[in-house]
Amino acid sequence: MNTLAWAGRKVGGALVVLWLVASAIFIAIQLIPGDPAEAIMGGPGSQASAQALAAARAEYALDQPVITQYLLYLGKLATFDFGTSYSLKQPVTQVMGEVLPNTLWLSLMALAAAWLLALCFSALAMRAGRIGSQVGNLLEIIAAAVPHFWLGAVLIMLFSSALGWLPAVDNGTGHGLVLPILTLALPLAGFLTQLMRDSLSEAMGSQFALAARARGESRLKLFWRHGLRHATLPALSLTGWAFSSLLSGAVVVEAIFARPGLGRSLLSAVLARDIPMVTGIALFSALVYIVVMAISEGIERMINPAGESR
Amino acid sequence: MSRTAKICCLLVIGLWLLMALAPSVLAPGDPLAINPTQAFAKPGLAHFFGTDESGRDIYTRVIHGAGDSLAIGLAATALGMGLAIVLGTIAALSPRWLDEIILRILEALYAIPSLLMALLIIAFTGPGVGPAIVAVGLSTAPGYARLVRSQIRSLKNSEMLEAATVLGRGTWRKSRNHLIPNALKPLLALVTLGIGQAVIWAAALSFLGLGTPPPAPEWGAMLSAGRTYLHLAWWMSLFPGLAIVSVAVSATLIGRALGGKVKSL
Repeated sequence: MNTLAWAGRKVGGALVVLWLVASAIFIAIQLIPGDPAEAIMGGPGSQASAQALAAARAEYALDQPVITQYLLYLGKLATFDFGTSYSLKQPVTQVMGEVLPNTLWLSLMALAAAWLLALCFSALAMRAGRIGSQVGNLLEIIAAAVPHFWLGAVLIMLFSSALGWLPAVDNGTGHGLVLPILTLALPLAGFLTQLMRDSLSEAMGSQFALAARARGESRLKLFWRHGLRHATLPALSLTGWAFSSLLSGAVVVEAIFARPGLGRSLLSAVLARDIPMVTGIALFSALVYIVVMAISEGIERMINPAGESR
Repeated sequence: MSRTAKICCLLVIGLWLLMALAPSVLAPGDPLAINPTQAFAKPGLAHFFGTDESGRDIYTRVIHGAGDSLAIGLAATALGMGLAIVLGTIAALSPRWLDEIILRILEALYAIPSLLMALLIIAFTGPGVGPAIVAVGLSTAPGYARLVRSQIRSLKNSEMLEAATVLGRGTWRKSRNHLIPNALKPLLALVTLGIGQAVIWAAALSFLGLGTPPPAPEWGAMLSAGRTYLHLAWWMSLFPGLAIVSVAVSATLIGRALGGKVKSL
């Protein structure tokens, strides 16, 4: 399959997935009990007047037939118009634009940190003996199983309360980013290491590794030149998943460390039952997932041109 | 995995199940009893895990929390896995076009991160224990459904099923004798892994204030309360978290031992 056809298929598939996500959300909105116009005015407790409700209905096209509403909704999404936040009374895209850089930065740093940690761990694991590797194995599993909300608390207790090395809340010096990044990166690193170690040990035990050793290459060089390529492939194919898990984690981490961001906005929107805000962020994260998946598949094609990607 | 590790994991899970069923055996106290004079007591002989801001005994609360936390996790897994088995089996056994449609829908649902999906559902339903179960169940279903589908598909194309078809066995007999028993073992592994995950997700929702409301002794809700006093009373956060991690790690290890090569994604 040539690259252009591959890219075309990816874009087509992505559009179908996005359309399905948007439709599922639209159906869910239709299924909410109660009057949506009332929700816009601030819920049943707001005692909105009949005129105000009628105005809201007209503004959000709620007086139109469902099919018309659906088409209007899709048309708006196509132009990246996610509607107006019920609680903030601002366009959803504007609110998202303000907080997005924070979350994006945090997630990218965490992703980089996780990869770095995973590489170090698997290189270390290669040198460890039987007991060492079993201990490492257990630590990886624990790292992968520890929930963000608790890890964040433990890191604050350890590095902020007990040792006093790092602030629990960002004070603008950049030190405040260390704990949130670690909280996001450690579980991911545990997960990546597990994957990398499996394929690494397979690669290092293979014929070509033996041949390279016979040529006199050192183990370290072998690791860098041959092992790494094999180790990164399966982990790389998980990067899309990893990124979406980082977005989930950002909700929790931003709440713990009191950082403004997409996750915090989402949480307060859920608490306020601000449907346009919540669906906007959900659609956006689906888009991010799809784009990241496509990029990581593209990188996979570059690293391993022989591999037939689905 | 070594034998000792397996036994340890089974023991941990067994112990938590015991605590869930009969919490008063190990912690006779009342998990909700407040005692303001004893607020923020450090862990010690009087209070093994210390006390919280109202003087409630953390040890008693962690033990009594096992019931709620595990029940929510189990219910959510049952819901998610039930849906996944139905959807995955239909997709695997149906004609290509229907399989393709179901697969696309699963892919679309899978594109939204689990916690975000759960939050999305709660935005529609409002917070609470019931919604938390539904949210965790539904948000984990797409991932499981894809695994169930590929599992059944590979069985469908296996030689033993071909042989059964050649012998003229009906669909029902084929399902009962070959499909279901052979799909069950990897599914059992998946369920075990899933329970660990569901306990974590449910606790996460309570932690965010969207699941079990605070005074109840549920692990996530306890962590949520402890968050305010992190610098003052580390024990309020440490012990409920250890409980969650011990369940999650044990369930993961048992699931892996059961599943062998079945991947947990």
